[in-house]
Amino acid sequence: MAAKSWREVPIGGLITAPGNSLEYATGDWRSFRPIWDESLCTNCKVCWAYCPDGAIRLDNGEVSGINLTYCKGCGICASECPQKAIRMIEEAQAREMA
Amino acid sequence: MVLNLEQISTEPDLLASGHRLCAGCSESIVVRQVLHAVGTPVVVATSTGCLEVTTTPYPHSAWRVPWIHSAFENASSTISGVETMYRALVKRGKIKDVGMKFVVFAGDGATYDIGLQFISGAMERGHKFLYVCLNNEAYMNTGIQRSSATPFGAWTTTSPVGEAKAGKTEARKDVTAIFAAHDIPYVAQAAPHAWKDLMSKVQKAIAADGPSFINVLIPCQRGWRYPQDQTIAMSRLAVDTCVWSLYEVIDGKWIINYHPEPRKPVIEWFKSQGRFQHLVRPENSHLVEEFQGMVDRHWKRLLDRERCSA
Amino acid sequence: MVLKQVKGKAVALEGDRAVAEAMRQMNPDVVAAYPITPQTEIVMRFSEFVASGQVDTEFIPVESEHASMSACIGASAAGGRVQTATAGAGLALMWEVIWVASGTRLPIVMHVVNRSLSAPLNIHCDHSDSIGMRDAGWVQLYDEDVQEAYDNAIQCVRIAEHPDVMLPTIHALDGFVLGHNVERLEVLPDEAVREFIGEYQPRYPLLDVNHPVTYGPMDLQDYFFEHKRQQAEAMVNAMDVVPMIGEEFGKLTGRHYGLMEGYRLEDADYALVLMGSSVGTARTAVDIMREEGVKAGLLKIRCFRPFPAAEVARAIGNKKVIAVMDRSLSFGAQVNPLCLEVVAALYTHGYTPKLINYVFGLGGRDTIPQHICGVYRELIEIDKTGVVEPALRFLGVRD
Repeated sequence: MAAKSWREVPIGGLITAPGNSLEYATGDWRSFRPIWDESLCTNCKVCWAYCPDGAIRLDNGEVSGINLTYCKGCGICASECPQKAIRMIEEAQAREMA
Repeated sequence: MVLNLEQISTEPDLLASGHRLCAGCSESIVVRQVLHAVGTPVVVATSTGCLEVTTTPYPHSAWRVPWIHSAFENASSTISGVETMYRALVKRGKIKDVGMKFVVFAGDGATYDIGLQFISGAMERGHKFLYVCLNNEAYMNTGIQRSSATPFGAWTTTSPVGEAKAGKTEARKDVTAIFAAHDIPYVAQAAPHAWKDLMSKVQKAIAADGPSFINVLIPCQRGWRYPQDQTIAMSRLAVDTCVWSLYEVIDGKWIINYHPEPRKPVIEWFKSQGRFQHLVRPENSHLVEEFQGMVDRHWKRLLDRERCSA
Repeated sequence: MVLKQVKGKAVALEGDRAVAEAMRQMNPDVVAAYPITPQTEIVMRFSEFVASGQVDTEFIPVESEHASMSACIGASAAGGRVQTATAGAGLALMWEVIWVASGTRLPIVMHVVNRSLSAPLNIHCDHSDSIGMRDAGWVQLYDEDVQEAYDNAIQCVRIAEHPDVMLPTIHALDGFVLGHNVERLEVLPDEAVREFIGEYQPRYPLLDVNHPVTYGPMDLQDYFFEHKRQQAEAMVNAMDVVPMIGEEFGKLTGRHYGLMEGYRLEDADYALVLMGSSVGTARTAVDIMREEGVKAGLLKIRCFRPFPAAEVARAIGNKKVIAVMDRSLSFGAQVNPLCLEVVAALYTHGYTPKLINYVFGLGGRDTIPQHICGVYRELIEIDKTGVVEPALRFLGVRD
């Protein structure tokens, strides 16, 4: 995205597009990737409550996976899941597998 | 609002993804939880600090709600102005009364130190707003410098460990008690692992007819030096050692929400984080004892307050 | 907009009370202010208006001046009319957030009752406070008398809120000399003031939850400069807006305002440039010198920011000798702030008349017409001998 001139942006540094941080893919930061095992998941949503990046995907109220565009790979979900349904593997390894 | 994750998770996050907080940071965990508990309509003010710079790097903003930052120490004054303008415009019939809520997020630096006067003033004037202190126990955004919230003995870059001194030499300030002394309707302490407790406190605070204050412990993997996936575990350990306590002060009545059984010794707390590693050495055992004494005294004082105000 | 001249009512008021009266008539949505001598009469008087219900402004009794400007920022961003007032150390205490207010482009109006900056502690008049913030991006008007304090207070609102400006604005009145001195002035009827300032239409109110906005983000190397460029442009626009509002006000009251005003300047050989209440004193000195056959004149600067450089250069560029009178001291500078502006204006427009700078009146030191006559006599001497040095002189200090 080309940077705009002073005539093209709102005055005072105002940001008028709420939530446009979605344009920035923090998933690029990962060194570790969470792998979610659906068969072990009970949909308790504790992972959703503790994810710093809101990267636990929910579809129709059910956990459906991890949003890898934003997941920074902190591993809190894996650490907290009561069913041990999430494990962390190295991002490099995960990319090889893909 | 019913406090179960089934219900809560049906609402969208008011803090969007794409913010630049460290992996494993509990600031956004808490902000997500708080905003789910508050709901809309809400105006949020934030002090300069980790949250502010990482959620609004121009031209991006992670805030899906109206949000303002003006400076470091003055989020409470800024929100006082917003809240007052809301009342003024509603009174004059220029806007409708939609039950607007006002929330401040500010770090311990902004709250305990540079902003103390401003919060005190806002509370004395009785503005209806919730002040959430995101307490990671140091000036983290500028590179881990000590604040008056930093615990005794902790390493920070301005209370480093060396031959002459072993970490912070001062005990930390009890700011929650200071704001309880302002006789505002609701004051509490919370922590991110206890999401239900935190969210129920937020609801009580926001329903209060006047200022409210919640001090939330924010484990910080960078500043405290622990593995980034242990943030929630750290929060649990803090309350189990009584290094942090979960309590409320509702109209002057002190209520402890969690009594750890058994209480873990503070050495467990020190062993878990790099910022306390020097205290684990045998030659510093007297400092561990001193700190244990402080924790014990503070816990006893809390128990006494609960008993006296029952 | 307003075309018809309205009859005013003659009253006698101290400067502070005249400002409070203007505030009463403007009835801002929010006022957040902290008391400091010699501004206290403004907040006390305004508080009386609030208590008696003569205004329905929400008044925030803040706990410091920094808090007052911070609350003003929040209130203005929320989407309504905000005013405050301060002086001296109070203005200094707001220093950090003064810049935030203008960087965030909030049309806050502040009435500054000029007071010196400590140390040592002095509560009396000089311009070090408002001049000290000259780079902060606020429009600045200086009042010559109590009438102007009242008139400028009202015009500030229109200037600040103009869509091409959107900058916080001050007008400054000399502490005690104007603030606490009773003068005759004409006040407008309440409806005339209300009509002149009209309704405020905020562009991006925080309180509009249907269009959430983010105020005060972190701006890095890639955009900060562009936002500052916008602010600079707003000041350029203010150069047109200030006299435009002044003209409109003139149609309403018969008192027309521009960026500056000459007094017996056109054919003058020797000119003084100054601002504030001392302009009145200097007019008397001009008349005395003229009686003696000296072609004395003066240039009053009303609008200090933006500085009307081209107009100033044209007005005095061809004078024989000029003295710029500064009521503040910029330690270590060749000449002081007002003189710096004048020198820059002259030089960049190709004029190099002989010029000296006088510092006067610091800490409320009284300056009487005889002192100023002395300055004119020095200009005559400079004209005769051709010796300008020293450039920087002090008027009324015991050497």
